[in-house]
Amino acid sequence: MFAIDTLLHRLQRGCQTMAYPAGPAPALPDRHGGALRVDATKCVEHCSACVPVCPTRAITHTADGVLSLDLGKCLFCGACVEVCPTHAISQTNDHRMAVRRREDLVLGAPGQEELRLASALEEKLRKLFGRSLRLRQVSAGGNGADEADLNVLGTIGWDLSRFGIQFVASPRHADGLVITGPVSKNMELALQKTWNAMPAPKIAIAVGTCAISGGPFAGHAQVHHGAADVIPIDLFIPGWPPHPLTILDGLLRLLGRLEDKPGN
Amino acid sequence: MSALTSFALLANATCRPWPEVPEWPIADLVRLTAGELERGGRLCAWFGVPETGGVRVVAVIAFDADNTLAVARSTPFSGSYPALTPTLTQAHLFERELWEQHGLKPEGHPWLKPVRRKAGQAPANGDFFRVDGREIHEVAVGPVHAGIIEPGHFRFQCHGEEVLHLEIALGYQHRGLEEAMPGGPHLATMSQMEVIAGDTTVGHATAYATVQEALAGTEAPLRAQWLRAIALELERLANHTGDLGALAGDVAFLPTSAAGGKLRGDFLNLTALICGNRFGRGLVRPGGCRHDLEPERLSLLSKKLPPVLADVEDAMAWLWDASSVRSRFEETGKIFTEQAKALGLVGVAARASGLVRDVRFDHPAGWHRFAQSPVAVWPDGDVFARAKVRCLEIQRAGAYLEEQLAAPPDGEMRDDLPPAAPDTLAVALVEGWRGEICHVALTDAAGRFRRYKICDPSFHNWMGLALALRGQAISDFPICNKSFSLSYCGFDL
Repeated sequence: MFAIDTLLHRLQRGCQTMAYPAGPAPALPDRHGGALRVDATKCVEHCSACVPVCPTRAITHTADGVLSLDLGKCLFCGACVEVCPTHAISQTNDHRMAVRRREDLVLGAPGQEELRLASALEEKLRKLFGRSLRLRQVSAGGNGADEADLNVLGTIGWDLSRFGIQFVASPRHADGLVITGPVSKNMELALQKTWNAMPAPKIAIAVGTCAISGGPFAGHAQVHHGAADVIPIDLFIPGWPPHPLTILDGLLRLLGRLEDKPGN
Repeated sequence: MSALTSFALLANATCRPWPEVPEWPIADLVRLTAGELERGGRLCAWFGVPETGGVRVVAVIAFDADNTLAVARSTPFSGSYPALTPTLTQAHLFERELWEQHGLKPEGHPWLKPVRRKAGQAPANGDFFRVDGREIHEVAVGPVHAGIIEPGHFRFQCHGEEVLHLEIALGYQHRGLEEAMPGGPHLATMSQMEVIAGDTTVGHATAYATVQEALAGTEAPLRAQWLRAIALELERLANHTGDLGALAGDVAFLPTSAAGGKLRGDFLNLTALICGNRFGRGLVRPGGCRHDLEPERLSLLSKKLPPVLADVEDAMAWLWDASSVRSRFEETGKIFTEQAKALGLVGVAARASGLVRDVRFDHPAGWHRFAQSPVAVWPDGDVFARAKVRCLEIQRAGAYLEEQLAAPPDGEMRDDLPPAAPDTLAVALVEGWRGEICHVALTDAAGRFRRYKICDPSFHNWMGLALALRGQAISDFPICNKSFSLSYCGFDL
């Protein structure tokens, strides 16, 4: 009798949705590492051990010789952390990574050792979307993992709809567009049409390193350097793919819903 | 077996010097390949290698019963050649791809059109097969779909609810993966290999690492092979569990749907326990694995796994107990064994149509030479069978993991990789959760990649979905699609 079995099972289980953001955030896996931190003052002179190991050339030296790491290009492989002799590049284990401006992901300059977390939408948009945000998702060269971890937010553990955020099937019903993938040239038209079909006011969110910078495909003639090449982006959520917690943090941060939660 | 003379034989995860690969005029290569395929060989790859004076075609054939691969090549040519497809359906996409990539025209191909197209010219711009007649209507879906899913275009020819024909047009995800390989490996190559299909990171990364190791004349340390096998089965568990949940969702059976989504995440978190990334990125590297499973981590993994497996077992039991689920799954989207064989299906879709086809069993490499799990087969070819094979594989992957975690081999996790042999062809097959992943590498005189061919299982299987829809109600498309659960980006490359 499956009906009775399943009912009993569910009763025994109780609510499986996490306490976050009212309670503590679930811990990231210890080898995840979270956001990176760059303290260029620790760099040894003439050392550039981290530069050649980065698969996406996210690490460069600026004209005045200061180390610069672009988290919008980063694949979070940790290779730079491993080779750095002085811990100038370190892992923070912090899941929070969403930013409003692309340049806020560039680390290294004095005062910019860490990324500059996203601020909330301006008052008018926040009033409109703060308690009800409908999102349309378009994968444009995405590899299926960013999409999977967006889908995870809809499962019982995360229950995104408790925040009034839902993914909808039509751009006509959407307040925001979530883009994954570097934007393949073959998807550019469809992405543009989806964006055009959405009524204003509307926002756009780039999820994952590919959507922010093209990721490991940057420079290929078949793709763009991320979604901002095609439409204006209001929120960048880095990660390869971003942990679901990072995505959720970004969405709540944008809506100003973490401000009254201490520790977030 | 005539292949002994006309083809060079090799085992999975090995290489052959390029000059030793037998060379035939293209008409002979087509004839010899056709002969082997008719005798039960299976086409793993059929691709071109540009040379001065034209393009060489390379054929890689698998003899599953003999645990052997065979490879041969043509002399360089340009223009056209007699197509394999009219008598051997399994070659149809390979020949379209060859034509698109190198301009070699397969004469007599019944449906010659692009596979991916480039630079803003997705294939939906091409002509579709149309059924004409009163009361026939056409339904066009995509590339953007209603859920959080990758893009592709589906064109249905319908009579009322009944689908007479479905044509699937892909290419929207094309990122130029193969085009970027010559002269490599490059700095970003390993990362690109990890996202050929982002839900199959361990599978594709293992195939790539295996090819590299074969070219270097070495293999990864046993302990690394062991960890790769564990990660591969975790990947299988996560995806199969997620797919069963999604199948349940598509027939509105919410208990398994809700559990499947959560449990999938639990498996992903076990992978993250090993390497920090839920999809296994950064784990597999040529020469071994980048992370170890130290005793504490191993015991934590061994402790966390059984409760998740028990929960999946429950969720599967509810699914099979529900008569409403069974009635929607049975006889829906049927692929007969002969059709599966003709199309060259691989993986879950092939095994659900009664074909005993599993790289882990037929062409064992790496850890699968020492430890195997039984091949899961179901004869019926319908959605029920594809769901059932997934359930069986979940149970067997679970048992396999518990067995392997209990007996870790000692040793290093990673060795330095010697330089790749010059002018050499290497082949690696891996049974990813969708099916056979095939990577073929050819090096130049300096040992750099000259040509790299990637074949995701989806490349073999999308046509299976199109065929499964024939005579079905169009409303059955979602469960048929989910029962195949194919990759768009893995196909589009």
